Amino acid sequence: MTDVDDPFVPGLRDLASEKLVRELVTPEGVALRFKLAGAGERAAAFVLDAILQIVLVAAIAIALSTAAGSGASWLRAVITVVSFLVVNFYFAFFEIRWQGQTPGKRRIGIRVIDARGGQLEASSVLARNLIRELEIWTPVRFLILNRLLWPGAPQWAMLVAVAWTLVFLLMPLFNKDKLRVGDLIAGTRVVIQPKVVLLPDLTDGSEAPEIGPVAPRGAAFEFSDAQLAIYGIYELQVLEGVLRQNASDLGYWEAVRTVSEKIRTKLDYAEVVRDDERFLKEFYAALRAHLEKQMLFGQRRVDKHAAKK
Amino acid sequence: MTGAGAAIRSVEFRREREASWRELEELVRLVDAKGLRRLTAEQLARLPHLYRATLSSLSVARSISLDRALVLYLESLVGRAYFVVYGTRQHVGRQLADFFTWRWPASVRAARWHILFAIAITVAGVAMAYSLTRNNSDYYYTFAGDMAQGRTPASSTTELHDGLYHSESTSEMLGTFAADLFSHNARIGILAFALGFVAGLPTLLLLFYNGLTLGAFAALYASRGLGWDLWGWLLPHGVTELTAVILCGAGGFLLAHGLVFPGAKPRLDALRDRGRHAAMLVVGAVIMLFVAGLIEGIFRQLVTDIHVRYAVAASTAVLWLAYFGLCGRARERLERGNA
Repeated sequence: MTDVDDPFVPGLRDLASEKLVRELVTPEGVALRFKLAGAGERAAAFVLDAILQIVLVAAIAIALSTAAGSGASWLRAVITVVSFLVVNFYFAFFEIRWQGQTPGKRRIGIRVIDARGGQLEASSVLARNLIRELEIWTPVRFLILNRLLWPGAPQWAMLVAVAWTLVFLLMPLFNKDKLRVGDLIAGTRVVIQPKVVLLPDLTDGSEAPEIGPVAPRGAAFEFSDAQLAIYGIYELQVLEGVLRQNASDLGYWEAVRTVSEKIRTKLDYAEVVRDDERFLKEFYAALRAHLEKQMLFGQRRVDKHAAKK
Repeated sequence: MTGAGAAIRSVEFRREREASWRELEELVRLVDAKGLRRLTAEQLARLPHLYRATLSSLSVARSISLDRALVLYLESLVGRAYFVVYGTRQHVGRQLADFFTWRWPASVRAARWHILFAIAITVAGVAMAYSLTRNNSDYYYTFAGDMAQGRTPASSTTELHDGLYHSESTSEMLGTFAADLFSHNARIGILAFALGFVAGLPTLLLLFYNGLTLGAFAALYASRGLGWDLWGWLLPHGVTELTAVILCGAGGFLLAHGLVFPGAKPRLDALRDRGRHAAMLVVGAVIMLFVAGLIEGIFRQLVTDIHVRYAVAASTAVLWLAYFGLCGRARERLERGNA
């Protein structure tokens, strides 16, 4: 259930990728965080969409010619118009219909949003996709048709075309928001579609799948206020990360034992502890209750280094 | 439940609200799998309500809960629901109606200075090529180049005249001809807009070059006393086609304007506003080019009477002028007032 690669599932991994997380304020005034899609994800989605475009044009062409017989005079006209529409309006069509997704984006799990948090307007979608003519199709057409359009084109013309393609294609790599030209002129961002997984509350034993020896209910360990005052929110959430690891993971029991020992030393905990996992879970619950109570009084203790109030 | 759990407020909070989160989660999952239309009326009505409730849960959770998993869950759930609630509007039909009844003409009116500038550039190209070619017909080859298609100063006047009135293609080929014209022109138009991002200079050159070609043609035919016939051949579709090209160019200038002279706004905001404005112009222009392609590919080949040609040219001009000048003004004022 816990996918460590998922940026929105607890664990320590998500802290490392913070630099791609952007905040956006909804019209209701609540800040939401989204992780920007990386260049790889976007390239993959684009390749899928490009393949689908080709398949679409080919399928329509084949279907029409079998239906009409290849000699029909209007056939080439229809195919020309259809392929123009598919090439230039495929992305816009799907992004308007599917709220910022295309088949490729849906498959990869990314989507277009308005950078300011408002409604994704059709005009934004059109603007960001019409620019593809400049970014991709013109250079590609130029590269492929170069010899036809301009026989004996000098080497430098090819180089210009290649450079042009690269400048626009690689642009998302060279700015911190991973914007391509289309995003820039439309005010859009491409973000990763967050996975929605509600994990059981660690303090709530009735929902958590019990692993290991079932301990008798009720608090087995007691902690004094002084002991609870040692740690802050950061340590609490690191502990949560440890406890939420998959119990079948190789390092889980080892980590539980090490952390438990460390905490007991720090707390000067006198009693003998046989079940380290249970000790940690109860300490977690007690610490959380303590810190949340403090929060009610407006005291937010960030970590163990924060001054005691 | 005994033990610490019962004493934690955030656990209580979760118990009270979890059912509504799950309901929202299910609705969002349904929409993502099947689309908004597949929801029942009742579900559709619940959606914004659940979204706001969960949004408020998120705010509360952020201030009272230290369960990181819970806060992250609510954040992702609200994020997903946000996509659904604030994604593009679904009614494509209504959007199209809006586009034609006021958004497009309003965006054309709002871009009048950029449009005038695009017209000026084109006219400058026409004037320059015309005067140069009238004095020295060799310039024709420079300006018209690949567009000439056998219509050069070397052609006899009769050949040129016949080219204007003779339908070169059989009627069966007309559709193909129209489609090729449309997709070629539309591609150039979109490119003229997109090149605005490169500070607009290529857009300017594209418009100027377009004007040069036109001017060279006009000069050649005028020198043979065929000026009146040429415009009769050109204008029935040309009014629509040239207007569309001008609109695309104006779109490019809008982009360049936002990029180079953002004014009081931050550059990115200026670019975004003008980019979206320009996109409206260009999409409209693509539709105009489709119409122009039909007129050029079919009508022009079938109708050779010059009076009919001029009548059609004049009526397209009046229609477009009236449409862009008058259509949707009331609605535009209304929307401005709301904004």
